[in-house]
Amino acid sequence: MAAPASAQDDDAGGDEPTEAARGFLFILVEAEDGGRDEKQPVAEVEITVRSADGEEIGSATTDDEGRWEVPVPGPGRYEAEIDTDSLPEDVELRDDDKQVQPFGLRPGQARTVQFPLGDDPRNVRSTFDEAISLAVAGVNFGLIIAVTAIGLSLIFGTTGLTNFSHGELVAFGSLTAYFLNQTLGIHLVPAALGAMVIGGAFAGSLDLGLWRPLRRRHTGLIAMMVISIGVGLLLRYLYLYQFGGRTRPYGDYAIQDRLDFGRLTITPRDIASILISLGVLIAVGLMLQRTKIGKAMRAVSDNPDLAASSGIDVERVILFVWVAGGALAALGGVLLGLAEQVSWQGGFRLLLLMFAGVTLGGLGTAYGALVGSFIIGLFVQMSTLWISPEIKTVPALVVLILILLVRPQGILGRAERIG
Amino acid sequence: MPAEGSGPLADVAPEPGVAKPDPILVVDGVTRRFGGLSAVDVDHLEVQRGLITALIGPNGAGKTTFFNVVTGFDGANSGRWTFDGRSVGGMAAHKVARLGMVRTFQLTKALAKLSVIENMKLGAVGQRGEGFLSALVPTLWRVQEREIEARADSLLERFSLGHMRGEYAGSLSGGQRKLLEMARALMAEPALVMLDEPMAGVNPALTQSLLEHVKALRDEEHRTVVFVEHDMDVVYDISDWVVVMANGRIIAEGTPTAIGANKDVIDAYLGTHHDAPLSEAEEERVLAEIEAVIAKESASD
Amino acid sequence: MDWGGIFENTLRAAIAKDAIVFALAAIGLNVHFGYTGLLNFGQAGFVALGAYGTAITVDYYGQSLWLGVLATIASAVVFALLLGVPTLRLRTDYLAIVTIAASEGLRLLLRSVTLGDFTGGSTGLSGFAGDFYSINPLPGGRYGFGPFRYSSDTWWMLTVGWTLVLLATLLVWALMRSPWGRVLKSIREDENAARSLGKNVYYYKMQSLVLGGVIGALGGFVNAVATRSVQPDNYGTAITFFAYTALILGGTARIWGPVVGAMLFWVVISFTEGVLREAIGNEVIPSSFMSTTQVGQVRFMLVGLGLALLMIFRPQGIFGDRRELALDAR
Repeated sequence: MAAPASAQDDDAGGDEPTEAARGFLFILVEAEDGGRDEKQPVAEVEITVRSADGEEIGSATTDDEGRWEVPVPGPGRYEAEIDTDSLPEDVELRDDDKQVQPFGLRPGQARTVQFPLGDDPRNVRSTFDEAISLAVAGVNFGLIIAVTAIGLSLIFGTTGLTNFSHGELVAFGSLTAYFLNQTLGIHLVPAALGAMVIGGAFAGSLDLGLWRPLRRRHTGLIAMMVISIGVGLLLRYLYLYQFGGRTRPYGDYAIQDRLDFGRLTITPRDIASILISLGVLIAVGLMLQRTKIGKAMRAVSDNPDLAASSGIDVERVILFVWVAGGALAALGGVLLGLAEQVSWQGGFRLLLLMFAGVTLGGLGTAYGALVGSFIIGLFVQMSTLWISPEIKTVPALVVLILILLVRPQGILGRAERIG
Repeated sequence: MPAEGSGPLADVAPEPGVAKPDPILVVDGVTRRFGGLSAVDVDHLEVQRGLITALIGPNGAGKTTFFNVVTGFDGANSGRWTFDGRSVGGMAAHKVARLGMVRTFQLTKALAKLSVIENMKLGAVGQRGEGFLSALVPTLWRVQEREIEARADSLLERFSLGHMRGEYAGSLSGGQRKLLEMARALMAEPALVMLDEPMAGVNPALTQSLLEHVKALRDEEHRTVVFVEHDMDVVYDISDWVVVMANGRIIAEGTPTAIGANKDVIDAYLGTHHDAPLSEAEEERVLAEIEAVIAKESASD
Repeated sequence: MDWGGIFENTLRAAIAKDAIVFALAAIGLNVHFGYTGLLNFGQAGFVALGAYGTAITVDYYGQSLWLGVLATIASAVVFALLLGVPTLRLRTDYLAIVTIAASEGLRLLLRSVTLGDFTGGSTGLSGFAGDFYSINPLPGGRYGFGPFRYSSDTWWMLTVGWTLVLLATLLVWALMRSPWGRVLKSIREDENAARSLGKNVYYYKMQSLVLGGVIGALGGFVNAVATRSVQPDNYGTAITFFAYTALILGGTARIWGPVVGAMLFWVVISFTEGVLREAIGNEVIPSSFMSTTQVGQVRFMLVGLGLALLMIFRPQGIFGDRRELALDAR
């Protein structure tokens, strides 16, 4: 816990030791190439700053870059008012309530006061188009969560362990693929396959080297959860140590033109990611439904003692679940790295969404994990229509709490027996 | 011990669901399903006050689930039941216990890292020191605590655990844990004690003493006892009434002699194999059951 | 290698601000995990609320420090209820999942621009600790003994902090020797047994969650006034697991376990980091192998490894009782 760096006080920059209010007036115009909206400065607008008791401190007019600044005598509470009459004719305040804005200043602080002008950019591009593009991103993200969460759910189902280091298996996949792709120069497709193999082997060796011995000495589940947290912390910071704190893209498919299907635009990368996830999920479903090992996995999830007494080698099934879960987590990690770049803590961030998805679907059920994760991913992306993207995981958490209140066994889970 | 042809239930007909003269527990139409399997489906059952009733049946007959449901540890899918004339259906387990219906568990729940005497003292109900704020003022609960401790010590002596009072409960043997659990249940002064397989896993040397304790509950303390048991000798020895469950239903009830004479019950449900390891045929059946459960699940998906 | 400097720093770490903060966080966790068996993986959230409760009340609303302390306690109570109501009837995994998610969600909210007016966004808040130091009754200047030479304000902070630790320990001691504490311990051992003996398990778990959460929040308060600032990224989930490691190091379900554990924890961390930094500075460890920024990361790796190893090999803590170990092995 280090002391804060005071230089970060204001993201608009500047080293003035004295207190001041400042700002940057602009309207957003759609970029001609369809990319990010551009900020167009608005000049010659008057802004007045008053103290909390209404005494005028000073006023300023925006320059050609839309900037203004009013020095104030010291720390305290102030308010800034924009003179709407001085605005150009075709420009209006976005929100009439924001004509006067109160703010506080700490010693030495220079504070940015924003007066948003013109229409909200989210309204400029029609909400509908925005919703479509978010839905595509949401489908992709939801499927990625589903791919990674199957392992989490099956491990829980077969061993009872809620594995708090499952996110690190995801990060292991995206980082291994990064190493193969960027360091060794292997194309991303074979690199992703390699990451799956190595990720599966890594997860399998974790089961053989750590979890199986712990099960054998009858370590309690609570203790195992704490151990999984420790393992997760160790791995996560090992990744940071090796990989560094920056996020980085893969060498292939990083920059792509969007394909245009009328109101829907999508990159080939996203299409491929969605198809791969869907294919893998269908394959997993078939494996659980049709193959002998899949049936055994479900039998062990249902009742390990009964399954053991019927001659199923429970430990072998569990090992298989770890390997398969690890490989799927690694694949999810690569897809996540494609969608959002590779980061040492991408896995941990995803873990919380996996938890929300798995709980929503029903802890321990493979199909529930799939459905719940998909819904959560879609929901998280769509929620950015209304809330800031930086807090988009918060609504997913609210869903998690609500579902536990209303239907704790999840939408596909069965009520549990106690006692 | 009630002799043949005497006792309060001598004139009660040995048939399922029969009414008793003075029932303490009355169960009506209770069902509990897991997925598609019906674990408990009891039309009507009355348990006579002040006697020992044995609940028997093959593995998987639903005896423990039935215990769980009536004591509030599991929810019923339907049904009503009353304890001492009060409806307790759907009531939380701890409230049922406070009313005086206290159960023990098949797998003993000795609180391993609490001492034996602390285990005992926990059992007392209505403790003033169990409130958060009053806990901080020892003068409010010291006197009561001493009374509880004295009662606990005399119970421990009775159950031959006095010498272990300071030990961790986790260091007791399996039989001693059963004794401790029974003694701890008595700390709550229950009117009805429900014992889930009190003799299971107990060393034969201790069985007799356990049996004597169960009998004493009836004869000296006038409590009602319901217990689950597999050993028919035990059942004949101490029970006044026997209820037979199979596949979740009550298929017979009557005095031990009447049940003992019921050849069908013995043959169909209490065959010599009920505690033996799974035979190959049974293993097949278990496997088939797993398959059935999975099939049902995927159907409901 | 400057061994004298390393040892002085190590000694100081035993009583420094972080030892206080983590002692309080770990005392709270001891109530949850050690005595009740609740797996709270979101203690960081309680600590964060403790810090921000005071900071926002004083800095944004301009209220007194005392009201800030009240807000700190109240927000921890509300947070505990919010997390406890949906989860405490369910298996303990759910509490763990919801608490870790909630503490991370809280950090994201605290650093968001959306709530920036209240929280100061990713920069956080400062300028709320003035009241705390203005009531400092200690003589001014800089004084002390041996390696422990601090300014008057630091002594004041340490005095208040360690007093809080002492009071919290005393409170836990008084509660755990009472019948109330006995019920908590019985829930840890087997909640169905407690239920079968007429104890309202849900109600006790909730009381435990609130109590431990409030104690953890006091840790946040100390951290806020000691650094005179709050910053969201100082309250990441790692705080929770540092506190767990400290608790298990000192011994769960022991009155002094979390306090001794927290002191020991920072002694170990400070010593290893001191040695590593010196070694890098003197090029004993080549900088290509480890840079000074990476030393901070080694801390987290060590804690993760330590937590896992302690939980596997010495779950009863390093001063643990042999008899308890024997019980665990059963």
